[in-house]
Amino acid sequence: MSSAADVQAPFSAFPPAASDYALQVDHLYLALLVVSGVLVAVLVGWVAYSGLRFRAGGGRVSKGRVWGGNKLEVGFALGLLGCFLVFFLWGGWLYLKTYNDPRSMLTINVIAKQWMWKIQHPSGAREINTLHVPVGQPIRLQLSSQDVIHSFSVPALRLKRDALPEQYTQVSFTAKRAGVYRLFCAEYCGTDHSGMRGKVVVLSPAAYQRWQLKNAQPRSLAEEGAALFKAHQCSACHHEGTHAAPKLAGLPGTWVLLQNGQRVRADDNYLRRAILQPQSQVVDTYPASMPAYQGQVSEVELLKLLAYIKSLSAEENP
Amino acid sequence: MNPITSSYLQDFWRPGAWLLTRDHKRIGWMYMASITFFFFIGGFAAMLLRMELLTAEGDLLSAEFYNRIFSLHGIVMVWFFLIPSIPATMGNFLLPMMLGAKDLAFPKLNLLSWYIYAVGGLFTIATVIAGGVDTGWTFYTPYATLFSNSAVLLAAAGVFVVGFSSILTGLNFIVSIHTLRVKGLAWMKLPLFVWAMYATSLVMVLATPVLSVALLLIGLERSLGIGIFDPALGGDPLLFQHLFWFYSHPAVYIMILPAMGVVSEIISCFARKRIFGYRGMVISILAIALFGFVVWGHHMFVSGQSLYAGVLFSLLTFLVAVPSAIKTLNWAATLHGGQIRFDAPMIYALSFLGLFTIGGLTGIFLASLALDVHLHDSYFVTAHFHYIMVGGAVTAYMGGLHYWWPKITGRLYPEAPARIAALTLFVGFNLTFYPQFILGYSGMPRRYYDYPEAFEFLHIISSVGSVVLAVGYLLPLGYLFWSLKKGELASANPWKSSGLEWQCPSPPPVDNFVSPPRPGEPYDYE
Repeated sequence: MSSAADVQAPFSAFPPAASDYALQVDHLYLALLVVSGVLVAVLVGWVAYSGLRFRAGGGRVSKGRVWGGNKLEVGFALGLLGCFLVFFLWGGWLYLKTYNDPRSMLTINVIAKQWMWKIQHPSGAREINTLHVPVGQPIRLQLSSQDVIHSFSVPALRLKRDALPEQYTQVSFTAKRAGVYRLFCAEYCGTDHSGMRGKVVVLSPAAYQRWQLKNAQPRSLAEEGAALFKAHQCSACHHEGTHAAPKLAGLPGTWVLLQNGQRVRADDNYLRRAILQPQSQVVDTYPASMPAYQGQVSEVELLKLLAYIKSLSAEENP
Repeated sequence: MNPITSSYLQDFWRPGAWLLTRDHKRIGWMYMASITFFFFIGGFAAMLLRMELLTAEGDLLSAEFYNRIFSLHGIVMVWFFLIPSIPATMGNFLLPMMLGAKDLAFPKLNLLSWYIYAVGGLFTIATVIAGGVDTGWTFYTPYATLFSNSAVLLAAAGVFVVGFSSILTGLNFIVSIHTLRVKGLAWMKLPLFVWAMYATSLVMVLATPVLSVALLLIGLERSLGIGIFDPALGGDPLLFQHLFWFYSHPAVYIMILPAMGVVSEIISCFARKRIFGYRGMVISILAIALFGFVVWGHHMFVSGQSLYAGVLFSLLTFLVAVPSAIKTLNWAATLHGGQIRFDAPMIYALSFLGLFTIGGLTGIFLASLALDVHLHDSYFVTAHFHYIMVGGAVTAYMGGLHYWWPKITGRLYPEAPARIAALTLFVGFNLTFYPQFILGYSGMPRRYYDYPEAFEFLHIISSVGSVVLAVGYLLPLGYLFWSLKKGELASANPWKSSGLEWQCPSPPPVDNFVSPPRPGEPYDYE
């Protein structure tokens, strides 16, 4: 089970660093190793020294306390707290940088299921347990799960993100070094959890182009979505100039006022629910006439529909 | 039987004298026997896991069986050994004596809590007979409710039931500490062990009901299909994680606070020194119990909870580390100028100091958000929490067991094998778990039945270490049993300790004290 899909690479205490971010995480790790190494060494040294110097029957009797108790404790606590705050800010800054990257990127969809990773490229190309990406291009992965919770974990990128059922989560990265890296499922997901392994292949731009050509599909994700949009007769209501249903072009990313007075952002999670359970968030001034598509469109078909809806905005504002 | 003159151990072989007893000391024994039984079940499961992991391929067990074994290991060790360990054995046995009382406030409730524990234990044994459970001790949804084909309901029922035993023990301790202190025993004269029991009991009483609710909801969703965690029915799978960790993070403090109490007693006694910074120690204990309730979200940094919630939980996690660090400083400072003896309890206490410090510091690694993203659900986490729960809590349990053994049994344990066992455990523990930190950073995920070959070497070291560790735990089982019959008779206070419990004879009479004890300053060693 183990060997076939595995990336063959020797052991290394520091996994290969495929991105600049990975090196930044290593720096934080090293800094903490130094600080905690010093603290442990001081403690062990102190216990060894006291054990020898103040051993019972050693003939030395020392009396009374040596330092002022409160001052030592408070000084130690404040010093440590200051040190901790540095690490808090350092770790927090890196975290927000990764998960909250606002740049527009190449978005690749990852669907997890027991026990495999399905990758859906915007070009329409599909892969299983392997993800090809180009060097230097910021990539956003949009994750979801068809069953239980999984976690997309790539040690070489120092990244990990849970894939949840019925919800999208994101993670972004920019690979800087071409290579083949390990991909794991990090969240326990049942019998073959440890078999849910794969690889991330980072290619030079030229090699990536070759890969794209080789894997070219007749239709992109958005074009497949357009066909589905027609097949499910969505266009019967959601067409140009209608008042029966909200206009979809330009909708993604904007704020929407719902009938219950709530304002929500029309992100992918909103659009997903709007297709599957439209009654749960009816847009103000529109009739609640849309049927629910829960159970009628698959996880992949949803992604195609979302890609199509988003492509409408691009056509409107090129 | 005269309750003042005859030993509480008279009538040792009459079952009724145990099963219907209301004596806190006998109930402590019953807990000790039961948790030892579960400890060796959990330990046996751990050995199976380590044997499977000797090679990268999955060869010894099947993946399905492996998953059931690590789930059993977690459930048994957390709820049937660690949570009750120190409070239900030493806490039950010693708390009334440390307060100068005849028994706990509610002796019948105390017996009831053992019976509830036993019923919970029967559910767990039934789970094993039914083929086991494969959800891990964490029961994450929707796996546990919709996907697992194993005895989830039985296992959850066992944990649900055993929760009530901790709630009752906690309640009993809180009331006892408030109402049963002997005349002259002011709050700030209490031994730190009693303060630790007090804080632990508060956490038990306040956090355990949340776990019970979470498990009940799992039962409802799994058996009746009510959509609580299932997103397809409008539920939220992350809600379970919030409820679970709202209990299970404080549960770590249920395990470690009592250990801190034990270690404080031992270090002060064997250094012949007043504990350094008594007031700071008390404040730290209470601060840990309080802050422990507001850091649960640090288990969910990569789960999809709000990023800003993650930032806040990270900050709070750094804060909760400060009182633990103060305690470590104070234990180390207590050694200064003492008359230090290295009997087995002290070896355990000093092991605790080192292992707990490493466990605590690696917690700081995990509190740092970006680093946690890389380390989350890796062997680094496995190593970290074993340093706290085994290196910390179990080491202190072993230290306390040896320290109070003469009081509990009226016999001395043999010193030489005890020291050898303590050192064996220290070496075996580090050999088993230190390599797992390195494995974790290099990318090895948790709960893996087979793994890439690159990780094999460190797994072999870890498995070899686990054999040393097993020997270290079997040794005391042997010589402590031996000492029950053949050990040297103990005087009332063989360690010349200043604690009130040592003013009782060894073993104590049914009513503990022959004459009312007179409390002095705590840790009056100089």
